[in-house]
Amino acid sequence: MIIAPEYRRTVRFLLGDEPRELTDVDPTLTVLDWLRGTERRLGTKEGCAEGDCGACTVVVGRLADGTVRYEAINACIRFLATLDGCQLLTVEHLKRPDGTLHPVQQAMVDCHGSQCGFCTPGFVMSLYALNRAEAAPDEQRIDDALAGNLCRCTGYAPIVAAARQVRDGGRAPDHIDDVLPAVIKALTALADDKIVETGRDGRRFLAPATVDQLADLVLAHPDATIVSGATDVGLWVTKHQKVLPTIIYTGRVAELARIQDRGGALELGAGVTFTAAKVALGALHPDLDELLRRVGAEQVRNAGTIGGNIANGSPIGDTPPALIALGATLTLRRGRERRTLALQDYFLAYGRQDRRPGEFVESVTVPKPGPGDLFAAYKISKRFDQDISALCACFLVTVDGAGIVTRARLAYGGMAGTPKRADAAEAALLGRPWDAAAARDAKAALARDFAPLSDWRASAAYRLTVAGNLLLKFQAETAPDAPATRVLAQRAHGCDIARLGVAHA
Amino acid sequence: MPDRNPIDIPAAARRIDGAVHDSRRHESAHKHVSGEALYIDDIAEPAGLLHVQLGLASRAHARVLSMDLAAVRAAPGVVAVLTTVDIPGVNDIGAGQRHDEPLFATDLVQYHGHPLFAVAAETRDQARRAAQLARVEYEALPAVLDIAGARDPGTLVTPPMTLRLGDAEAALKAAPRTLSGRLTIGGQEHFYLESQIALAIPGEDEDVLVHVSTQHPSEVQHIVAHVLDIPAGAVTVEVRRMGGGFGGKETQANLFAACAALVAKKTGRAAKLRPDRDDDFRITGKRHDFEVDYQVGFDDQGRILGTDMLFAARCGFAADLSGPVTDRALFHADNCYFYGNARMASLPLKTNTVSNTAFRGFGGPQGMVAAERVVEEVAFATGQDPLDVRKLNFYGTTDRNVTPYHQTVEDNIIGPLVEELEAWSDYRTRRQAIRAFNGANPYLKKGLALTPVKFGISFTFTPYNQGGALIHIYTDGSIHLNHGGTEMGQGLNTKVAQVVADEFQVDIGRIRITATTTGKVPNTSATAASSGSDINGKAAQNAARALKARLVEFAAGHWGVDASAVAFTADGVAVGGQLVAFKDVVKAAYMGRISLSATGYYKTPKIHWDRAKGQGRPFLYYAYGAAVAEVTVDTLTGEYVVDRVDILHDCGDSLNPALDKGQVEGGFIQGMGWLTTEELWWDAQGRLRTHAPSTYKIPACGDRPRQFNVRLMRNSPNVEDTIHRSKAVGEPPLMLGIAVLHALSDAVASVADHRLCPQLDAPATPERVLMTIDRLRARAAGCEDGA
Repeated sequence: MIIAPEYRRTVRFLLGDEPRELTDVDPTLTVLDWLRGTERRLGTKEGCAEGDCGACTVVVGRLADGTVRYEAINACIRFLATLDGCQLLTVEHLKRPDGTLHPVQQAMVDCHGSQCGFCTPGFVMSLYALNRAEAAPDEQRIDDALAGNLCRCTGYAPIVAAARQVRDGGRAPDHIDDVLPAVIKALTALADDKIVETGRDGRRFLAPATVDQLADLVLAHPDATIVSGATDVGLWVTKHQKVLPTIIYTGRVAELARIQDRGGALELGAGVTFTAAKVALGALHPDLDELLRRVGAEQVRNAGTIGGNIANGSPIGDTPPALIALGATLTLRRGRERRTLALQDYFLAYGRQDRRPGEFVESVTVPKPGPGDLFAAYKISKRFDQDISALCACFLVTVDGAGIVTRARLAYGGMAGTPKRADAAEAALLGRPWDAAAARDAKAALARDFAPLSDWRASAAYRLTVAGNLLLKFQAETAPDAPATRVLAQRAHGCDIARLGVAHA
Repeated sequence: MPDRNPIDIPAAARRIDGAVHDSRRHESAHKHVSGEALYIDDIAEPAGLLHVQLGLASRAHARVLSMDLAAVRAAPGVVAVLTTVDIPGVNDIGAGQRHDEPLFATDLVQYHGHPLFAVAAETRDQARRAAQLARVEYEALPAVLDIAGARDPGTLVTPPMTLRLGDAEAALKAAPRTLSGRLTIGGQEHFYLESQIALAIPGEDEDVLVHVSTQHPSEVQHIVAHVLDIPAGAVTVEVRRMGGGFGGKETQANLFAACAALVAKKTGRAAKLRPDRDDDFRITGKRHDFEVDYQVGFDDQGRILGTDMLFAARCGFAADLSGPVTDRALFHADNCYFYGNARMASLPLKTNTVSNTAFRGFGGPQGMVAAERVVEEVAFATGQDPLDVRKLNFYGTTDRNVTPYHQTVEDNIIGPLVEELEAWSDYRTRRQAIRAFNGANPYLKKGLALTPVKFGISFTFTPYNQGGALIHIYTDGSIHLNHGGTEMGQGLNTKVAQVVADEFQVDIGRIRITATTTGKVPNTSATAASSGSDINGKAAQNAARALKARLVEFAAGHWGVDASAVAFTADGVAVGGQLVAFKDVVKAAYMGRISLSATGYYKTPKIHWDRAKGQGRPFLYYAYGAAVAEVTVDTLTGEYVVDRVDILHDCGDSLNPALDKGQVEGGFIQGMGWLTTEELWWDAQGRLRTHAPSTYKIPACGDRPRQFNVRLMRNSPNVEDTIHRSKAVGEPPLMLGIAVLHALSDAVASVADHRLCPQLDAPATPERVLMTIDRLRARAAGCEDGA
């Protein structure tokens, strides 16, 4: 017997500790426009409206493991209705009730961390989120927490100094902590299994609570736009002013956010954020950790999902090359039916994926590298943090006891209309000793695999040259007594074979 | 007028809060961090506010055959659609009133993004959607998009300038050695975090109040008046603070202010124009990109004997500030070096791209990058450490001290400054360590460079070197301070308030800092050319001193003491043997019918400039600095990190060391960004494709040097009588970023054993670094083959 799902026609969340219950919410109204336009809370700024500058950073709290997990996100590309069941904190919440500044704010004042001040509320919120998450962040962690906030005035040094002052001052409970029990209670009361439905002007927003509801909704609305982190779809709205008649939001579906260890493989639900994926995939290999660290920045990683990164079919998505190299498979679901296919086969052509009407990406299964597997992931961009790949290269090569290549999976992003393996280069490696000569031949073969484009991120010549050079680098790094090869020295690592041996523990 | 305490006044027991030379926090810091600082978009919106968007052309160069705006007018929420025919006055927003920069293109589109019309609607979303509904028919015209394409038609937007010192041609002929080359320097987007914005509120008769994010309220006032054909007196322009300017709001706010004011006066409703970030990128000017041809003559020791340099700049479709920008490139094409004989010429080329504009340094950085390339070439040609060639060619103090524009360098401290930095940064030891590192590492190469800065302070447009201030004291002793400068984050209001607090010896908290408005201080200069605190600080000091003089005279009479026995101290006003609270003196003065409001005025002394002759003293003084950068480059990918930077910078007797250090650090990072990751990229249609932070990469937090040591030069008062002997600091530090370009060049040079000059152009993106490495390797191989 099928039980008709229940619908709830209000969007409910907490603004600070004040409950909000909204009806007829515009499905693509952003949190930023709501804050500034409706609430006239003006501390949160619009710098770019595309999730790249961080001036709009706010902190969203979600129930997790009996408490509230706070994460910085970009309010400019987050749809208001997706806050259902969450707590929203803005810069206005940070001052104590007596008017004194929060330690995070005071540190920014003390260290001269603001000049023009326009980016400052965003930095303050990123610092606040960092302070909530970690009592003693190291230097790298501070940089990562601030990578999604651009400042054009200070050059960042005084802001980092403020972060250190906050850290060194220790984490004392503040007025926001004081009401945490009440917030947990309120958020718990907001959680339900109903489908949230709202909308305006004939446009609909649907947010199922279970994966079965999601499957039914997608089947019923095959033309709907499926939204998870909205780190891409948000821009369709803010930049292209696209009208989206129906949105199905996946963020309330707990099953989709699951990560399961299947022994030889990890299964990641499509709704696993980059932040969560970094922990799971990062444990498989340090390069995966580093690659995930360089997906967008903190605010984007907290919102964007693995499933979204795959499903939208971008030729420059950061995770598909790595997942293809590792031999990942995709589980697609349509109603109650599921099918699996190799991830590399999902990408048919530029802008075209093997996803049928009514179908959605449910999970991705990532085999763990085994002993004898050599792996590396490289992202090449103009800037290390918060940038889009000019190209991305991820390599998995299996070498037998005699040092012969028995398997080669060389996957690239940014080199073609889809993330794609380099067949000719792989063929050049197979059956060869894993040495510099083999890498050089594979590099030469790449010209048969790819004819990349020239654009603002890189010229075709650069893409092709570096795509080949990365094979040389990979070989050099996996040779005994490898020299230093990476400029991000703190993350440099030569031979990873030993670490890979324990990866499936 | 008492300038200092007479001897019989005892020293105050306390020091005021916010005295000059104190590291006082930014006056708005507590509001920045709490989100309470109001920017234009945060001002309470008047009822009936209209939101304005611009309709942009989608061709780089074309005749407009027809423009059908019916669908725009019919779109939901649209209240007004305005084109050229709706402009009552002059259709020109150009800084120089050359009538070369229309508010709306009439029949000729001159760049991709050229505004054609404005649409005003009830909501911003409606206005943005409506603006896309125009149907425009174009007749395409040939488009000139870059310097290479512009050289042949050779159309200039403004007259070029030539500087001549000695006889460059003869010197080059006679020099034992010569070389020549070409350098390409990219432009730069300002990327102020607050985009351009204007809010216009119509008043009665012709009046209009414009809140606008601008560095130049007076110019906006004049432009609005011209466009609306009303007297300047009817236009009030106000700005409390900008979310960054960097030169990008010196003239570029004109468009937005004029358009908002036009809508406001046409509709009788308040109107706000806030472009999307992408539109802001497309329709506002940027730092000029340059191609510099250089020829240099030198001896075997590396001493430069003569130079000949041609500076070709992409100016865009209109003049804007391209004249003074390209002039300033020439003024700084010597940097710290005595050329002996020099010829320098500018070539301000017209292109079908957005009209380029002011950007921190104002052409000076491009001139200086060229100077450093020339010196680097000489260093490689003579096989020396570039630092030694730099030092060899520094200006002298008593001789070898005349610039190509015939100003004598009278305050030269670059020699001792560089000596100090060289020692402090351990340059020579690190040079050896880097050589060793590079010898041992096949893939990663380190580079090290020290580059100096000498930057001329004063507007080269002499009339701009004036400023005004207005101070009111109220009967409760609170002080209202207004001046002609604008606050864009640099801390100008803080510094000027410190100056005034210091004059009255009152805590800075007593001083109310107010929005810059043309209604209080008229005919102001742009807050630009690093001149903000020099000019406005002095003007405010003069206003304060005028008030002090009145109060002293009054107090002397009122309390029956000699004027010399009245002094302002931190404990109160000393009147004879007693201390009277400042507010009580003020109250008594009011009762005694003394005016408690005064204006102050200042004009920079000593400067003069004859552009036709290329001679004069355009600058009152110079600010100096130097930076050492160390980088590590991945020779397989061109990626790099900046490992360490040491900076020593000269702020004279700093008005506020904390704020000045902030300018030095921030300027350095901005300069580094310009020369490394910030790349502007136009497609073949003339469309700017790097039009948002997703595609245009300013430095992020993690890009700052891993070690970043910044010091201000100690015991270095300005030899000129500037405000408390301080020096301007806005622009000079930007050029410290050149050290990173040269450190990268040094790392690249290592792949050819430092025998060949890498000629690394800017921006040195990872791609350009790798391509330069590959080119250098090929050249080195070629040399060996030929040997």
